[in-house]
Amino acid sequence: MTAYAIRRFLGLIPVLFGVSLLVFTFIHLIPGDPAVVMLGQRATPQALEKLRKQLNLDKPLFFNVKAAVEEKNPAALFESQYFSFANRILHGDLGESIFTKVDVATELRARFPATLELSIGAMLLAILVAIPAGIMAAVRKNSWVDLTVMTGALVGISMPIFWLGLLLIYLFAVNLHWLPPSGRLDVGLQVKPLTGMYVLDGLLRGNLAVTLNALKHLILPSIALGSIPMAVIARMMRGAMLEVMSQDYIRTARSKGLSERMVIWKHALRNAMLPVITIIGLMFGTLLTGAILTETIFNWPGIGKWLYDGIGARDYPIVQGGTLFIATVYVIINALVDLSYGFFDPRVQYH
Amino acid sequence: MATSEAYMRTPTQQAWLRFRRSSSGKAGMLIVGFFVLLALLAPFLYPYDATKDRHLRERLRPPTAEHIMGTDELGRDIFVRVVHGSRISLRVGVFAVGLAIVVGTVLGLLAGYFGGTTDMLISWLIDILLSFPSILLAIAIVAVIGPGISNAMIAVGIVQIPIYARLTRSVVISIKEQDFVSAAVGLGATHSRVIFRHVLPNGLSPLIVQGTLSIATAILDAAGLGFLGLGAQPPQPEWGLMISKGFLYFTRAPWISLFPGVAIMVAVLGFNLLGDGLRDALDPRTSR
Repeated sequence: MTAYAIRRFLGLIPVLFGVSLLVFTFIHLIPGDPAVVMLGQRATPQALEKLRKQLNLDKPLFFNVKAAVEEKNPAALFESQYFSFANRILHGDLGESIFTKVDVATELRARFPATLELSIGAMLLAILVAIPAGIMAAVRKNSWVDLTVMTGALVGISMPIFWLGLLLIYLFAVNLHWLPPSGRLDVGLQVKPLTGMYVLDGLLRGNLAVTLNALKHLILPSIALGSIPMAVIARMMRGAMLEVMSQDYIRTARSKGLSERMVIWKHALRNAMLPVITIIGLMFGTLLTGAILTETIFNWPGIGKWLYDGIGARDYPIVQGGTLFIATVYVIINALVDLSYGFFDPRVQYH
Repeated sequence: MATSEAYMRTPTQQAWLRFRRSSSGKAGMLIVGFFVLLALLAPFLYPYDATKDRHLRERLRPPTAEHIMGTDELGRDIFVRVVHGSRISLRVGVFAVGLAIVVGTVLGLLAGYFGGTTDMLISWLIDILLSFPSILLAIAIVAVIGPGISNAMIAVGIVQIPIYARLTRSVVISIKEQDFVSAAVGLGATHSRVIFRHVLPNGLSPLIVQGTLSIATAILDAAGLGFLGLGAQPPQPEWGLMISKGFLYFTRAPWISLFPGVAIMVAVLGFNLLGDGLRDALDPRTSR
């Protein structure tokens, strides 16, 4: 198990190296001079020169052969754009925004809790609805319950989440005034950040008003973001449950006179949970990193919205740093999900 | 009766029989057929030129008999634009998935068939692509190559390449060790003959099923890009773009965003249903 875990994580190194190469190349695939693209046509030559220096655009892309030969120093071979970029990110320095001058890594750390809070909210909602729904659909296969759940799930997968978000805002915020349409807290309310997740911070600081208000803000975006995981988990739960229910040991359990409730809860559910837990883990990775649309609609100040704004402003350090961060989180979560198989199912042998 | 029936028919006929028994398949076929017909007939039924469509006097009208889906902020008839939007979305879906299938299948074939270093390199490439959540990768690609409907199509296609590369690779690996392939190689068949005559046809069913489901994802992703302003550009009647423009007016005129969203949902639902039905028909072992 430990050996497998180590190997799984060592395997991430070439992948993350490739990711860094790809993210690095982004900036050079932009047609034209990246400095001009970022600063605009009217930028002064001095400003352009400064930016080129700042981004190392005056150095060769990968290997500085010229410097190495001239200075007779093999180490100078690595005085290139890629290696200074890689050196920077390995030291946790993701550069700074061109326009706002804020440090990308600091900004990511500040915004990540908002995204995490939203992802947790969406996932909890999805699990709470989807697992009972999936079980019920499986237990009463082909009944109207099953049909309703499966149709609902199919519609959930087919709905554009940005559109669902708009409908929710229109209905519950604009028309009914039940819930706020955007943001994380009402104006005037604030809490000293501890975890950065306001629902939790309110509780920890003993400020219940903040917790309740943060929860109210969380509901609509969580429904929008949670719709797809909800649909996927419900389908998975039903499928896994049906698979397990057709096995011999379930027949045995029934024939020894156990109540149907016991059969389902004690025998079937436990074994059906494994694939469901896997999909929950994988979907959580997607949520954490793919909330761009939801955050944009609900004006949720997380990393997704920030990245989107960075793309719009052609603020390439934000795009590079944000993408790199997200990809890293994503592959690590996926690796952890892989490893969790053994934890939940002792039969799984790692090779 | 069922056994003799299966015994009498060719595999294609059996698949068709199973497809006709699948209610989701039939429903999906109906919806997809409807949209295809709509897309093909749109220019004849409702000739439309997006660049000239402006009737400011009729702006923001709610649905009436004259404009059954109302009008938008420029007085354009939403129904006509939704109908023409089907042409854009279907084209994007089909082309993006086509790109992904061609590139992905070639990569998967090379990796699975030749193995060794080729496999390692291609698998590395695929792992890198899979390190990004799909919508983020599409957004990043468009951010680099520039917004626009063709670039959105390419971006959505690239995002789906890993699915097909992995699918084809696994099919090839499982088939290439089988006796009939060894026999073909022993008889002196060339690589390309072995690949195209013996290996690839066996991977066709999962490719068809996955392809149909992928069109659904591609339509959704492209609409998302359009919504973010990174896909189709105004005044194109693209569904995602229409929703985002309607966003500005939606307290006063919710119908602007409502109907394009319904269109996306129904079209995507159609492809998802059709994909499920095709799975029932072509891949009876894995279907529920």
